Amino acid sequence: MGVIQVNGLGKAYKQYPSQWARLAEWIVPFGPPRHQRHWVLQEVSFDIKPGEAVGIVGSNGAGKSTLLKIITGTVRPSAGQVVLGGRVAAMLELGMGFHPDFTGRQNAIMSGQLLGMPLETIHRLMPQIEAFAEIGEYIDQPVRTYSSGMQMRLAFSVATAQRPDILIVDEALSVGDTYFQHKSFDRIRTFRKEGTTLLIVSHDRYAIQTVCDRAILLDAGHIKMEGAPTDVLDYYHAMMAERDHHKIRQLPLADGRVATISGTGEAYITDAQLLDEDDQPINSVKVGQMLNLVVSVKARIDLPRVVLGFMITDRLGHCIYGINTHRLQQPLEHMAADEEAVYRFQFPARLGKGSYSLSLSLSRYDSHLDKNYEWRDNALMFHVFNTKQEDFVGSSWLDAKVKIYRSSDVKTP
Amino acid sequence: MSLSIARTLWNYRGFILGSVKREFEARYRNSLLGAAWTVLQPLAMITVYTVVFSELMRARLPGMDSPYAYSTFLCAGLLTWGLFSEILQRGQSVFIENGNLIKKLNFPRICLPAITVLNALVNFCITFSIFLAYLLIARDFPGWVVIYTLPVLLVQIIFAIGLSVIAGVLNVFFRDIGQFVGILLQFWFWFTPIVYSTATLPASVRSLIRINPMTSLAQAYQGIFVYGQAPGWDSLWPVTALAVTLCALGLFLFRRHAGDMVDEL
Repeated sequence: MGVIQVNGLGKAYKQYPSQWARLAEWIVPFGPPRHQRHWVLQEVSFDIKPGEAVGIVGSNGAGKSTLLKIITGTVRPSAGQVVLGGRVAAMLELGMGFHPDFTGRQNAIMSGQLLGMPLETIHRLMPQIEAFAEIGEYIDQPVRTYSSGMQMRLAFSVATAQRPDILIVDEALSVGDTYFQHKSFDRIRTFRKEGTTLLIVSHDRYAIQTVCDRAILLDAGHIKMEGAPTDVLDYYHAMMAERDHHKIRQLPLADGRVATISGTGEAYITDAQLLDEDDQPINSVKVGQMLNLVVSVKARIDLPRVVLGFMITDRLGHCIYGINTHRLQQPLEHMAADEEAVYRFQFPARLGKGSYSLSLSLSRYDSHLDKNYEWRDNALMFHVFNTKQEDFVGSSWLDAKVKIYRSSDVKTP
Repeated sequence: MSLSIARTLWNYRGFILGSVKREFEARYRNSLLGAAWTVLQPLAMITVYTVVFSELMRARLPGMDSPYAYSTFLCAGLLTWGLFSEILQRGQSVFIENGNLIKKLNFPRICLPAITVLNALVNFCITFSIFLAYLLIARDFPGWVVIYTLPVLLVQIIFAIGLSVIAGVLNVFFRDIGQFVGILLQFWFWFTPIVYSTATLPASVRSLIRINPMTSLAQAYQGIFVYGQAPGWDSLWPVTALAVTLCALGLFLFRRHAGDMVDEL
């Protein structure tokens, strides 16, 4: 139950030079094929174990949606096959088939039936669906009076009214307000605990990182990379920044993570060190300790403008802090070829216990998505220990103080 | 093959019946008289034909003295032609109209033509019962012979389903089909003895019109309602065979191209 096996999957669309060619192919018996095959997906194979959560990432047109449509059975594959174990619920587009003139309740019943649920089951689940959607009296109003968020809530509630063995989600969760996003994530997490296999396509880094055990990167219809979500996402983001076909290197780090380096290399990082107050290299940091980040940069050619930035992320890949010299209003103008520059950032490690990674970016402007000279994921790693300060939870040391006023302290007149 | 289709349709009966109900409701939503319009439409049509042809134009069928014979003749052919043309018209565009649904959801696509056919049948049943009621009131009801409409209708529906599935599948790939069906239906209507009787035609044309499979069906209805005659079964065999063949061809085309259809929509 819950297993997904994808074996040598391929999808090609037929392209005819003209409608007449298509007609000829239909009519002329034993004639040659008159179409060209345009492959959008090729040689895609992976296995997903029951209860596993896998995210699929890739740029637009990489074949993600086609892959999901083949897995759900909407689109027929041109090669290979898919084996699914158990009941599948697919949320490729929420609110599909809703009729604006009918009430939420009627539409909920219809879409339930479209999912193949018998009427009695839908009626039995209806109170739950209503409760989860939280649209109140609107359930008996025509759907055309709904906001898009409300439609999405109702559609999600119907689609997940029963726990499926396999849940397939395409971008659907990025709609709706934050509250409902959290709520739907919670439901998906509950499903996972109960053993549902999850296959999700999303551009949302947070979604993939928090929910998935594994990520698959699709590029131009092929599997480009498969592995831990953070590594795959780092690679993907580097790839996105580097659509100009520059080199991407990945170096395995001691703790099993991967450092991804990409960029044009017009300027590059020659050295990066994390130092303590006495300029000694450090990777075990005390909470609140003053740190020096020293980065040496060299230009390969004449560059009009150079911006260096760093970003600290926690174990899960969430960004804790990031800044660059553009925002610090100290960009380097006119760096000559072979010129070197040493940057020295100073900041206190107001961080919680745990391990952190530091990424560096060297670019022309504020964002590394534009004119990226070098992007170095996980350039440095360090651990934060708490020996001096009070014990606290979370990733930021806010150094709270407290004053307490007790009622017994107040003098009665 | 047809067994598995039947099972699929049965499993999705909730969706199919729900859709039929929904489409029916959608048509009269936000109207004051609601479903009464389904009754008023055919009632108006029958009244107009009766008044215009029987009273004003005094059209008479050859060999029939009753002033209402011609309007009965007209209605018998026209109402059943309406069913045929509705199934074909709606059926040829059913996959295109539901393209979005087909692309996004995995459900048996054969449900879509089934919904179309059932919808047309619901409309027809209402219209036809008005017609029967009119015959009863006008004391023109032909009697038990009316039962014979059922097998004739069955043949006609199978014929229409076959054609509409073929047109529906082809239309996805060649949009010309949709345009063509519209023109075809116009010619076909006038090429079928619905408004006129074959008795008024010259012999040479009469034999030509007999090739038309709809002729025998229309004449069967007219025979039942105007003359109170059981249909000549001999004349219905060719169209029955044709209907079954077309249905099989339609299913074959549908099965073969269902996959490509999603890519094309």
